Amino acid sequence: MAYSNKVIEHYENPRNVGSLEASDKQVGTGLVGAPACGDVMKLQIKVSDDGIIEEAKFKTFGCGSAIASSSLITEWLKGKSLDEAQTIKNTQVAEYLELPPVKIHCSILAEDAIKAAIKDYRIKQNS
Amino acid sequence: MTEISENNPIYLDYQATTPCDPRVVDKMIPYFYEKFGNPHSRNHAYGWTAEAAVEEARKKVAHIIGANAKDIVFTAGATESNNLALKGVAKFYGDKKNHIITCMTEHKCVLDTCRHLELEDFNITYLPVQPNGLIDLKNLEAAMTDKTSLVSIMAVNNEIGVIQPIKEIGKLCRSKGIFFHTDAAQAVGRIPLNVDEMNIDLLSISSHKIYGPKGIGALYVRRKPRVRLVPIINGGGQERGMRSGTLSPALCVGFGEACSIAEKEMFEEVSRLKKLKARFLTTLRKELKNIYINGDEEKRIPSNLNISFAYVEGEGLMMGIKNLAVSSGSACTSSSLESSYVLKAIGVESDLAHTSLRIGFGRFTTEEEMDRSAQDIIVAVQKLRAMSPLWEMAQEGIDIKSIEWAGH
Repeated sequence: MAYSNKVIEHYENPRNVGSLEASDKQVGTGLVGAPACGDVMKLQIKVSDDGIIEEAKFKTFGCGSAIASSSLITEWLKGKSLDEAQTIKNTQVAEYLELPPVKIHCSILAEDAIKAAIKDYRIKQNS
Repeated sequence: MTEISENNPIYLDYQATTPCDPRVVDKMIPYFYEKFGNPHSRNHAYGWTAEAAVEEARKKVAHIIGANAKDIVFTAGATESNNLALKGVAKFYGDKKNHIITCMTEHKCVLDTCRHLELEDFNITYLPVQPNGLIDLKNLEAAMTDKTSLVSIMAVNNEIGVIQPIKEIGKLCRSKGIFFHTDAAQAVGRIPLNVDEMNIDLLSISSHKIYGPKGIGALYVRRKPRVRLVPIINGGGQERGMRSGTLSPALCVGFGEACSIAEKEMFEEVSRLKKLKARFLTTLRKELKNIYINGDEEKRIPSNLNISFAYVEGEGLMMGIKNLAVSSGSACTSSSLESSYVLKAIGVESDLAHTSLRIGFGRFTTEEEMDRSAQDIIVAVQKLRAMSPLWEMAQEGIDIKSIEWAGH
């Protein structure tokens, strides 16, 4: 299957690969997908006291499109407020990376990862 | 030699197809123009020349499986041969016997043909396989009834390269008076085959898997004891009425030559490929932990490796080894998220099945190519593991099976 140049570029030079300290109160972790389905994304965000995402890191088990989707959202997340981050939609990811229909689930997973990370952060803040 | 690149990758997909051997091509060329006759034309020299070439080729094809030339029916390939064997026997004997036994890891063309026969009210038993990919003879015997007309078990699996106990299966079938068909597309030229010693009644061969041209194959059909078939292609009654249509002498000649070369060179080729495989595996295992060979490690052809690279997804891995032409063990590339049914049948869990590559090498693969391939795979796996959340968990001692994953 032919990948778009943008997918290839993110796959070959993934941005923000790595992990943040999950126990840190400022860090939210989202782990979505399942090994049996062939995709697992771990997205972590570090949120400043004034509610801005100052760091985003990912690790992904999956195809090139899944890796590119997660790499892309870490770039998009940095500098955004949590409310702004909530508005990122899978369709924007799919459109930007020119994902074919069979790879749309990769962008959906990316959106799920953002929501899961924010949820985790908010639960921690409220506990 | 041209530089290895994405557009000129190292070919490691010999189970999909093989390049035509130049010696084969040389033999074929005269039959396109100078000797273009219809082998079924009985009235002039053009026909006679073509017929002689086809019959010579038929002998060579027969020879590699220890058969008589009269028992060889040329077809368009192994898919057609398998269709003809299964549908032909099922329909001819269907009034008295309506049961066929096959196995879950057969090629799609056998499984799909069986599905179609089921729609026509034939009963099919799909035998499971053991974790090493081989069928259990006790299961086979238990599945046999007095309604069983045919057992169809492949000689060598196309995905995991394992060799089924063909001789034992043949013996068992003969003792029960059941015909035995084997899809030998991946076996001919790679393991010794003899239809008499192995009690094989029908055997499918593909030309392009053994360095011959695409578009031709054969079905061996035993005459003593006689196996009868209802043809699936009707017409002028060529090929003893079992497969009508004008034969292509060029394809027949190429196929025959490919068989002849394979027969002569098999022993040397196999020992060279065994060494290549051992060297390749040693390199991989030295650099990478948690890699698993799918299918029996001993009872397999030396030119196939199906390997799971745990914690790295197969399609993502393929993208990282774009200078290698390999096949992914998972079928993710084909619009479905399902992993390979063969790997599933041998009990590879789907998380591991998604991490598999099928690596097939052969006659024209060099040691340099294998070394380069091993290095490319090692680099890609290490890079992808460094970004794999599953690898990270495994290193932290977390069992990924203990996590409740949300399927999607």
